[in-house]
Amino acid sequence: MAIQTIERTAKQVVLTVQEYSLFSWRAFMNLFRPPIYWTDFLTQSDIVGVGSLPIVILSGFFTGGVLSLQSSATLSEFGATAVTGQFVSLTMIRELGAVLTGIMVSGRNASSMASELGSMVVTEQIDAMRALGVDPMRKLVTPRIFATITMLLLLTIVADAFGIMGGAAVTVVLNHQNGTQYFNNAYEHLTYSDIIQGLIKPLVFGYIIASIGCFYGMRTTGGTEGVGRSTISAVVNSSVLIIFVDFLITHILLSLLPS
Amino acid sequence: MSQATVSVPKLSPPPPEGAAVVALHNVAVGFDGPPVIENVSFSVAPGETRILLGPAGVGKSVLLKLILGLLRPLEGSVELFGEDISHMPEEKLFSLRARAGMVFQEGALFDSLTVRDNVAYQLVQEGVRDEEIDARVHDALGFVGLEQTFDFYPSSLSGGMRRRVAIARALINQPELILYDSPTGGLDPVTCETIIELIVKQRDVRATPSLLVTHRLQDAFTLCTYRYSSEQGRMIPLPEGQINRNTTFLMLEEGHLIFDGSLHELTHSTNAFVREFLE
Repeated sequence: MAIQTIERTAKQVVLTVQEYSLFSWRAFMNLFRPPIYWTDFLTQSDIVGVGSLPIVILSGFFTGGVLSLQSSATLSEFGATAVTGQFVSLTMIRELGAVLTGIMVSGRNASSMASELGSMVVTEQIDAMRALGVDPMRKLVTPRIFATITMLLLLTIVADAFGIMGGAAVTVVLNHQNGTQYFNNAYEHLTYSDIIQGLIKPLVFGYIIASIGCFYGMRTTGGTEGVGRSTISAVVNSSVLIIFVDFLITHILLSLLPS
Repeated sequence: MSQATVSVPKLSPPPPEGAAVVALHNVAVGFDGPPVIENVSFSVAPGETRILLGPAGVGKSVLLKLILGLLRPLEGSVELFGEDISHMPEEKLFSLRARAGMVFQEGALFDSLTVRDNVAYQLVQEGVRDEEIDARVHDALGFVGLEQTFDFYPSSLSGGMRRRVAIARALINQPELILYDSPTGGLDPVTCETIIELIVKQRDVRATPSLLVTHRLQDAFTLCTYRYSSEQGRMIPLPEGQINRNTTFLMLEEGHLIFDGSLHELTHSTNAFVREFLE
């Protein structure tokens, strides 16, 4: 009985991965084939980008502040508090800016995409759209993916900037250090490989967030309870996948672009 | 059920000759378990209205979705406008679907769009100019008697009004086929009559072939025994003993088609399930 359960679960996982791969491939290819719904792209960009801006600014700012607090405590033991700026900027730009923004946007938008599309599925609005001769993949999924990729890139840059400013605020106001030294240190030790690492990640994370949110939304079954299940699956899976893919990308990029 | 005694069809012209608009050949449909539809074959001719009867849960709505390619058959083939759509790629199906109209069971209106945008959905996607869209939406809403709801959202409409908006949405692009999925289900008798009148109007004024799913016998008999009078602007009963010969019946029982014929044949059927359903 236990083996049968494991077998059934394994088949289910493989089937889901297969369906997700086909779904995301089709959605991705639609980016390059007309019709492209530009109005929907702009609407989604507003929802994902402008809508997420406050939480990204706040989380970025306070993460930079915490990094500064924690690092300065440790660095002071070695008399190296002067490198706080380098520590904060490198950590934010290479790692935390992209990952934190990805997780925040995943919690906010993967869930909303899954619940919105899921509600449309259970109320037959998706079938109605297909019956009216409109492809829901092109009309609903592709603009969301395109918008999330674009907006996450910009939001990550904002999170990086506010993270560095948060670190600066803590360094100057709480640790009573020199702000110019902080910014100089933060700037001088940045390399192009750090920036490339930090900007490649949000492109992949944006794709993960939107494709998983839409995937779980579009395969919703079981009424309103099913919508809830889809929403949870979308947030959990996209968040975990972001962290896992972050590890893979970091590993690959560190070997390709050593600092 | 006094209409059930109408028995001698005459006068109304038979369905026009020509290739079937819809044809199902030995179709089976299933979802993970045993088939819910098995060995079903029927067709809808140009100008014909077919009424698919059966109790809830026998697969009537599944058949409608099958006809538009929203579901795929496990076995058999489905022809829509003369093309076999059983294995047609989804991308190619959209242009065929756009030629048909479907009224979903609960209306399936887009709840984030106004009535105007719901009804105009297909026209907006086709890039029709705004002025023309507004004029055609007013016409379509006028047809279903809901012009005043132009700027409303679906959430502010009653169940019957939502169905009528759904009918307007299905009709706005002059479809070559209309599929009605339980258009009167769960509505009060007055609203039911209003909706049946719209269906009769569409049948008699525009002669659009249609397939109507229902479990309400009174709706089915009304469709057979009434016609739309353009002069009076309402539906009126046909003369005693006369029925609309373009309107015929199908009946499903547990996924099998057990009846295909006219009202006369239906009311004289010896099939035990048909008899039980009629009584």
